[in-house]
Amino acid sequence: MGREISGVVEMSGSDFLLELRSEEIPARMQAGARAELEKLFRREMDAAGVTTGEITVWSTPRRLALIARDLPQATEAVSEELKGPPVGAPDQALEGFCRKAGVDKADLEIRDVKGRETYFAVKNVPGRAARDLLADAIPAIIRDFSWPKSMRWGAASISTESLRWVRPLSGIVALLGDDVVECEVHGVTSGAVTLGHRFHHSGDITVGNADDYAVKLRAAHVIVDHEERQDLIRQGAAKVATEAGLKLVEDEGLVIENAGLTEWPVPLLGRFEEDFLEVPPETIQLTARVNQKYFVCEDEAGKLANAFICTANIEAEDGGARVVDGNRKVLAARLSDARFFWDVDRKKTLAQHTKGLERITFHEKLGTVAEKVDRVAKLADWLVFDAKAPNGDHKLARQAAELSKADLVTEMVGEFPELQGLMGGYYAKAEGLPVEVSEAIRDHYKPVGASDEVPTAPTTVAVSLADKLDNLLSFFRIGILPTGSKDPFALRRAALGYLRLVQANELKLELDQVVHAWASQRVAGLPEKLGEFLLDRLAVQLRDEGVRHDYIQASRSWQGRPDMRVDRVEARARALAAFLGTEDGANLLAGYKRAANILKKEDWHGAEGEIARTGEEDPLALVDDPDMKAVIDAKMSERHAKELSYTPEPAEKALMDALATAEPAAAKAIAAEDFSAAMAALASLRAPIDRFFDEVTVNAEEENKRAHRLDLLAAFRTAVHKVADFSRIEG
Amino acid sequence: MTCHSHHMRGAPLTVFYASAIAPRMDRNPQKSFQDMILALHDFWSANGCLILQPYDMRMGAGTFHTATTLRALGPEPWNAAFVQPCRRPTDGRYGENPNRLQHYYQYQVILKPSPPDIQDLYLKSLSVIGIDPLKHDIRFVEDDWESPTLGAWGLGWEVWCDGMEVTQFTYFQQMGGFDCKPVAGELTYGLERLAMYIQGVDSVYDLAFNDRGVSYGEVFLENEKQMSKWNFEVAETDALFDLFNKAEAECKNALAHNVPIAAYEQAVEASHIFNLLQARGVISVQERASYMGRVRDLARGSCEAHMEKEAPAWAEKYPEWSK
Repeated sequence: MGREISGVVEMSGSDFLLELRSEEIPARMQAGARAELEKLFRREMDAAGVTTGEITVWSTPRRLALIARDLPQATEAVSEELKGPPVGAPDQALEGFCRKAGVDKADLEIRDVKGRETYFAVKNVPGRAARDLLADAIPAIIRDFSWPKSMRWGAASISTESLRWVRPLSGIVALLGDDVVECEVHGVTSGAVTLGHRFHHSGDITVGNADDYAVKLRAAHVIVDHEERQDLIRQGAAKVATEAGLKLVEDEGLVIENAGLTEWPVPLLGRFEEDFLEVPPETIQLTARVNQKYFVCEDEAGKLANAFICTANIEAEDGGARVVDGNRKVLAARLSDARFFWDVDRKKTLAQHTKGLERITFHEKLGTVAEKVDRVAKLADWLVFDAKAPNGDHKLARQAAELSKADLVTEMVGEFPELQGLMGGYYAKAEGLPVEVSEAIRDHYKPVGASDEVPTAPTTVAVSLADKLDNLLSFFRIGILPTGSKDPFALRRAALGYLRLVQANELKLELDQVVHAWASQRVAGLPEKLGEFLLDRLAVQLRDEGVRHDYIQASRSWQGRPDMRVDRVEARARALAAFLGTEDGANLLAGYKRAANILKKEDWHGAEGEIARTGEEDPLALVDDPDMKAVIDAKMSERHAKELSYTPEPAEKALMDALATAEPAAAKAIAAEDFSAAMAALASLRAPIDRFFDEVTVNAEEENKRAHRLDLLAAFRTAVHKVADFSRIEG
Repeated sequence: MTCHSHHMRGAPLTVFYASAIAPRMDRNPQKSFQDMILALHDFWSANGCLILQPYDMRMGAGTFHTATTLRALGPEPWNAAFVQPCRRPTDGRYGENPNRLQHYYQYQVILKPSPPDIQDLYLKSLSVIGIDPLKHDIRFVEDDWESPTLGAWGLGWEVWCDGMEVTQFTYFQQMGGFDCKPVAGELTYGLERLAMYIQGVDSVYDLAFNDRGVSYGEVFLENEKQMSKWNFEVAETDALFDLFNKAEAECKNALAHNVPIAAYEQAVEASHIFNLLQARGVISVQERASYMGRVRDLARGSCEAHMEKEAPAWAEKYPEWSK
């Protein structure tokens, strides 16, 4: 089907203004709303065949605005051609086509297409006035607008079908040139009238066109351009800080948020009592930022100063003195709360606070937090003392772990849960505990997100690992695993934290030993379950680096059992990914698949089975032992001699020789966990296996040749499997 | 009650009337807590609201008043304003914190359906109690409201006055798990905070309760001290657990007998007992979810039963409405 759109009529273009006014739009949603408005407007214009000039989108808390330059007055008539079925096609097909195209059978044209007579529907769509197109487009934009959260309101909401918007939609300004584009959406009609600043301007503002919109709003104390407001806040905040002899602690998130909360931003600096600075600066900053959206300042030495900067939405008559004073009181109230907590909490030692953990249930099936802490402490001790992962002082690790959750029952963390860990660190320091301990308490939740820094101090690493392992093992043991999007106990995050700790600190932990130490006994299946979960997370983590899930699958077995060392699986999967990215790797994989397919088809199990029957599981296991070398060589040559009752073809011989070299080399490299070397050994098989397939007929007529060649392929497969389970690799 | 009326009847009525003074209509909300409340009553009464009295039960927020929860359901218009004492056991500070109380007052306005000029009405109510928006920075800051306990949520704002949250402004979208049809607008003023602001005092206890020299502290400081101690240290937790279970059972009993308002009261009771248990620190993070789920089931069950009971009459009166 062809669609032909002729160009738009060249006429002097008009500018289009759309303003959607509503009650206060959440600051965090405004950037997304601007993008959505532009996207939907473009969609509508594209669908109508209208080309537009530059598009500008602005937002304030109370309005979204879009200006599109140079819209044509009308679209040109469009001729649309649709190719239908050939002449002589069944009636049903023809009727279906007419229905789809919306034309009568009688109006169809017949044309020649490559010697076949074919029906065509030709539709002439007349040009439409831009104003009419926009009148249709605006309601469509509003109806299709996607907000992170939207609501119903007012009398119309007696039906759930009523319009949804982020907050009640109160007005629409739609002007093309100087004329109103008339439309109506759920009782809201478009016009030229808008409102100014909520308090600085009363009465209606009649907008003339796109050009005087921002000007008239500015006169009514509204700066409609969000970027201009951001600049005003950024510069204004820096200026008031400088005037007070301080330095603004820059915070772009706060700049954007405050610009989203104001139509006429006025940064104002206030002071709080200096005494409050005795509480940890993080608590002050957190309170100021999160609860009050204030900037904070530093003095010349880079220390937090007793100042805050709020962003008012009015030009107050008294220069903002009352506003600042009010904000100061609110902050003072919050800071006195923080100071009260700080003082009360330090009346007890962390060890005393831990008593409170006995009253807190960790999970109804898993006992109290106090019991959890005991497990974590024992495991942290084991990690350092027995597993040497990390190397450090096991007594410090145990002490830090024992105190790691004490801050959960402090007042400060009760009030600001996001300060867990951090406050424990402060309290530990305040009571004079070793710095390793206070730092381990402070950082043991890390890493929290994918970009969070990973601890490397041994005591911290031990506590952090033990805490995460305990979460994972405890919940797995009672059968709780994340499902779909549900992960209420953040086990995926714990697993990722474990992986990142292991990676950053190059730890070699055997999961079965970890589980044994954690539970003081073997727990059948638990190490495997943990390993599987960690490897799933590893697959997600490494996906962006090109290490595919199936590469990890191919690397997860060690000496015939699930590999209990996640670090080793990762190293192997990474080497595999690198290898398969090379030409040798890709070709070897193709050769492997071909060999495996033949063996499968022939149901050939090869020499592996044979060797197993001799009771000699791996004839090459002792190849490095100088005492055994002669014996093994003799045995190997005997095997070759016995099996080979004909003169091999050159390509066959070449593969045999290559295998004889590559197999021990690969085995040796694997034993040494040098996976790149193992891959290199495999690479040496690529040319011989290619040549073998090119030149040798596997299914030879002579049974002895066929058997030997299938054995050879089986040996090749075995050699490859020693390095990685290529059968798990997809594609 | 009976005894009291008996005493009243016996009192010399002439003396009582002789000492009475005609009510003053010149409210002074900037110098008196009670005048501020009366000014709000005047304002919302003039704007079509029923002026109701507090619900006579311990509850965590004015939203629990049946005039809010149960009236938010169904199609009937409903405009009401009332003061509701709120109990937040964990917010107690033994009377030592100038802003935190375990017992305080909320002023609730519920307007169903939400009128188009609801924000303007609200701002006018602020000017009535003396807040000039050209001197003070009034802001509508996103604050969506969700009460898992009530199976309810809404979108709206916290209203800031110079950085202080003075009102919670919510458009109810769901209540008791049901869509609100139509949507009600709810305004919840924090009365003490507003009064502190208007009167310019730094401690709630320094508020003038009236304009004859009685302070908020004289009325409530001792209560705060004792109740904080009881909430945090004294309340017998085994008894509380028991009370919780009993309220739960009674709620179910009331539901079984199709008296949803009575069932709802028991849900409110269970919710408060749960808050007390929280204050005593005997409920862990994980258990918390389970208790909240139990309270939610009670509250939702009551709302559901209320809906079932009323729906036929509502549907008959408002044909465009459906459950």
